[in-house]
Amino acid sequence: MSIWRRVGCVVLLLVVGVSLAASWLAPAGYAKQYRESPGAPPSREHWLGTDEIGRDRFARVVYGTRISLLLAPAAALVSTLMAAFMGGLAGYLGGTWERLAMAATDVFLSLPWLFLLITVRALLPLNVSPILSVLVTFCMLGLLGWTAAARVLCATAGSLRSADFIRQARASGMSERRLFWIHVFPNLKPVLFAQFWISIPTFILSEANLGILGLGVAEPMPSWGGLLKELEGLVSLREEPWKFVPLLLLVVVVTSFQVMLSDQQEVNA
Amino acid sequence: MKRLAAVSNSTRALGLGLIFLVTVASAQNGGTLRFCLRTEPKTFDPLKVEDEASVTIRYLTGGVLVRMNRQTQALEPELAVSWKVSKDTKQITFKLRTGLSFSDGTPFSAEDVAYTVQRLMDPELHSPTGDAFRSGPGSVQTKIVSPAEIIITFPAPVAGLDRQFDQVAIVSAHSPKKETAVLGPFTVAEYKPGASVLLKRNPYYWKADAKGQKLPYLDSIQLDIQPNRDIELLRFRKGEIDLINSLDSDNFDKLAGSTPQLVHDAGPSLDSEQLWFNQVARAPLPPYKKAWFRSTVFRRAVSEAINRADLSRVVFRGHAQPAAGPFSPANKFWFNANLKPQPYAPDAALKALAAEGFLMQGGKLKDKEGNEVVFSLVTNSGSKPRERMATMIQEDLEKIGMKVNVVTLDFPSLIERITQTFDYEAILLGLTNVGLDPNEEMNVWLSSSENHQWNPQQKSPETEWEAEIDRLMRAQASSSDPKKRKESFDRVQQIVAEQAPFIFLVNKNALSAVSPSVHGANPVVLVPQTYWNAEQLSLK
Amino acid sequence: MPPARSESLKARPLLRVIEMILRKIARHTAMLAATVLLGGFLSATLVRFAPGFDVDESQLDPHLSAESVRAIRGSRLSQSNVARFYIQLLRRAIHGDLGTSISLGQPVTSLLRERIPLTMRLVAFGLLFSWSLAMALALSAAYIRTLAYDGLATVVSGALLCIPAAVLALLSVIWNVPGSLAIGLIVFPRVYRFARNLLAKASTLPHIITARAKGVSEIRVLLWHVVPVAGPELLALGGVSVSIAVGAAIPVEALCGLAGVGQLAWQAALARDLPLLTTITVLVTLVTLLANSGADVIRCMWRGQQA
Repeated sequence: MSIWRRVGCVVLLLVVGVSLAASWLAPAGYAKQYRESPGAPPSREHWLGTDEIGRDRFARVVYGTRISLLLAPAAALVSTLMAAFMGGLAGYLGGTWERLAMAATDVFLSLPWLFLLITVRALLPLNVSPILSVLVTFCMLGLLGWTAAARVLCATAGSLRSADFIRQARASGMSERRLFWIHVFPNLKPVLFAQFWISIPTFILSEANLGILGLGVAEPMPSWGGLLKELEGLVSLREEPWKFVPLLLLVVVVTSFQVMLSDQQEVNA
Repeated sequence: MKRLAAVSNSTRALGLGLIFLVTVASAQNGGTLRFCLRTEPKTFDPLKVEDEASVTIRYLTGGVLVRMNRQTQALEPELAVSWKVSKDTKQITFKLRTGLSFSDGTPFSAEDVAYTVQRLMDPELHSPTGDAFRSGPGSVQTKIVSPAEIIITFPAPVAGLDRQFDQVAIVSAHSPKKETAVLGPFTVAEYKPGASVLLKRNPYYWKADAKGQKLPYLDSIQLDIQPNRDIELLRFRKGEIDLINSLDSDNFDKLAGSTPQLVHDAGPSLDSEQLWFNQVARAPLPPYKKAWFRSTVFRRAVSEAINRADLSRVVFRGHAQPAAGPFSPANKFWFNANLKPQPYAPDAALKALAAEGFLMQGGKLKDKEGNEVVFSLVTNSGSKPRERMATMIQEDLEKIGMKVNVVTLDFPSLIERITQTFDYEAILLGLTNVGLDPNEEMNVWLSSSENHQWNPQQKSPETEWEAEIDRLMRAQASSSDPKKRKESFDRVQQIVAEQAPFIFLVNKNALSAVSPSVHGANPVVLVPQTYWNAEQLSLK
Repeated sequence: MPPARSESLKARPLLRVIEMILRKIARHTAMLAATVLLGGFLSATLVRFAPGFDVDESQLDPHLSAESVRAIRGSRLSQSNVARFYIQLLRRAIHGDLGTSISLGQPVTSLLRERIPLTMRLVAFGLLFSWSLAMALALSAAYIRTLAYDGLATVVSGALLCIPAAVLALLSVIWNVPGSLAIGLIVFPRVYRFARNLLAKASTLPHIITARAKGVSEIRVLLWHVVPVAGPELLALGGVSVSIAVGAAIPVEALCGLAGVGQLAWQAALARDLPLLTTITVLVTLVTLLANSGADVIRCMWRGQQA
């Protein structure tokens, strides 16, 4: 493993470690409201200050890591696999399958999925457990977020379909299933990794936006998306730089994921 | 030297005088006032107005017979020089100003008033303004005594009849421009959907100032459509807009920090924030929850356990006050001064609940059947203050062992639950009061009404106290004696405080911002706060 | 006789080719039309059956009488049957009438006519900016091929991915820059990541390594060998980026107060405005299909040339 991959791995493990140690690092918890000091700047008691109703921001960042870091990559994996199935397989099969799959993808891209999400919320009970609400949210994100990559994967798989090495393998009697999994699928990695990498922060931010529909993480549970939404209040970097810590953390995590996913051979080729 | 000094002095005095005159002249003539509308106006027909943006345009362009002075709350003559309300409050006679014209030059007369009233009262119009006059079945009669006098007779008594005409903008019966011909200080000159509305001075506007100068002073008003309050604040700071109405407390403090002279806190507004429980019998809730919500003791305990002072201080940064009832102290006449906001008393709440069989077990409150007290509190998304209030209420109620799940929904989904499916447990919303008269809230207090939020459309009152409220509201609606009306409504407020169908939380303050370039602004509590005297505003 | 026969024999393959092309175009157009219509119908169904469809905010106005509230509720009855509504919409659309917006009370046709040019400009300039920046970074990363440069580009694109679209939109207002820049910054990291990975993968192909080993200049390798290999996928990405940009236009226009189709779509969504939403979806589906179909056609031609 290259040194950069090791660094990426260590950073991610550190972040996971911090989230697991949340109850030691922030014993007061993420929900306690210090109502005497709402919107306070950083201090010894509150390392990243408090939010608008006096909750410790550091505790919320640390506890929020658990949800965002666990579920966003899981949802990204779901969307990546769906993109691989719809795009990669359709591109490999070609012909009518490809045309139908791409037409379906285009329709999927254009529909106002907001209303499906509203309907899903209506079907869930109002007193749904926070865990179920979060799981449903990220599941929906995973199921809806595959379309962009599907087309690119279709084009990639389509190019490979007529590649010499595939023709050679087919001529030597290899089954189509084996051809796809052993020869085609690995060559889809660049697009799959890009899709996975893009999906993580996209889903973290989307989860917060879905809060307006009643989905996502319910109060008082924190999430990175919810913390990043604070920035929409025109926060000044000069005046309140501590509010940008969740953003910095997310950038670090996302970069670490990319470092883990990138193939050094490709970069140095 | 003395002569030179004298000449020099007189020149200086002349120069100063000239500067003064130029300043006064430039302060009183021309320019474009700019501020924002938060939503797209849905209509320019003044009789169909229902949304805030359309109300703003109606206020600035519509000519009304009488106008409530937003500062003194007294009714003043406008297009009518005098009026008389009959003892039974069914009839009103207006004597009108003569020699006036609409913005396209069409003469104004009693015929236009008759036409306006008939159109307004057309049941097919479904106008909130018209419905406010609809206190009983039957049609309105208008009798034109002369071009300057008209008698309007309603089929049933209308409480506060004269004040209602503050919302009725007179439209022309004869103008080819129909509703776009107006009698107010400005007319709609241009509308760019999604972008802006431009109002220009009405050349036929009848008012003049004390010195005889024709009003309005401004040439035009530019209303930019801007839903985002942070961008509105940004544009105000950049000098791109001159006023902000209904400023939220976060942005008020941001502005006050750097430019305190630009912000105005006019004190408690007429608006309130409240919470209510679902008491609808056919609601899809388990029976034990229905029993909780229909229990006055339960509701009052919840009310006692909520720290209103903290809500005012933390969520609204001190720009709000704990609420005592449906009306705030800003409503000087109708507010029941004997009522006090519910003090924060979680121990008393627990004691009262214990008497009803609710007991704390392991930090959780359970009813006498052993059901854990868990319920959802729904509010509309996109309102940061409400989301914060809901979270604070969640913590307050956790201290008495109640588990509250905060749910934010988009507004249409929320409305569907409140008005159709009744699939909710508790709601946190606000009430925006435009007028002062309790008759305007008739449809909230009558148990048979659609807007009797906690249990609407009752065939007959399901509780004694709701029957009492029905009786009192009808009594005040049919009385012409303000004192008797006040007694009735004071009693309504008392019952509401005792029974807590609405748990009133806070009355927000009326916050606004005015640019130093605006002359004559005097922000008040009543809508439209900063530009209530638009025809007298000018730009330096 | 024989010369005419030999000429007609020569003309047959040409006629057959023309016939084949026309059939392909007809099939493709039919597929396009069917997809667009399906998209519109599915959108109408989603909106119709979502909660809050047949309510209106004005119902909560305490001034309204019971009859008025009932009338408001009943005003959407004509749209409760989705199939009937959609067929009526299509029938009217043939005559250029796309119905009236419930929330704005104006003809949908005139609303769209006023707003489409702005959105098209925003999306076009946003795409131009994002692709220029993305390709410049991706090509330079493929040329320089150092970890530091790659890492820096990753951090920049990653940071932009992590910033909420609303914040980017607000920043564009603060800095007085066009909304298309915000759209460009939203699309850029997505395009960059895909493009970078595709170019990096293409760089590892045996013939590329051979060319480098034989001393072919890096620029020549990149432009003549790497880019053409990744070309078809980049074209597919181009088609998809149009949809991403159109999607990004919604928050940017809504927040920046730009009177485009995105802002209209957001207002219509909040108001459950069925005629407006259905028409906008049909439009978006058409744009998506045209963009992706165009990319597919160019891809086929490119592949044909490569072969």
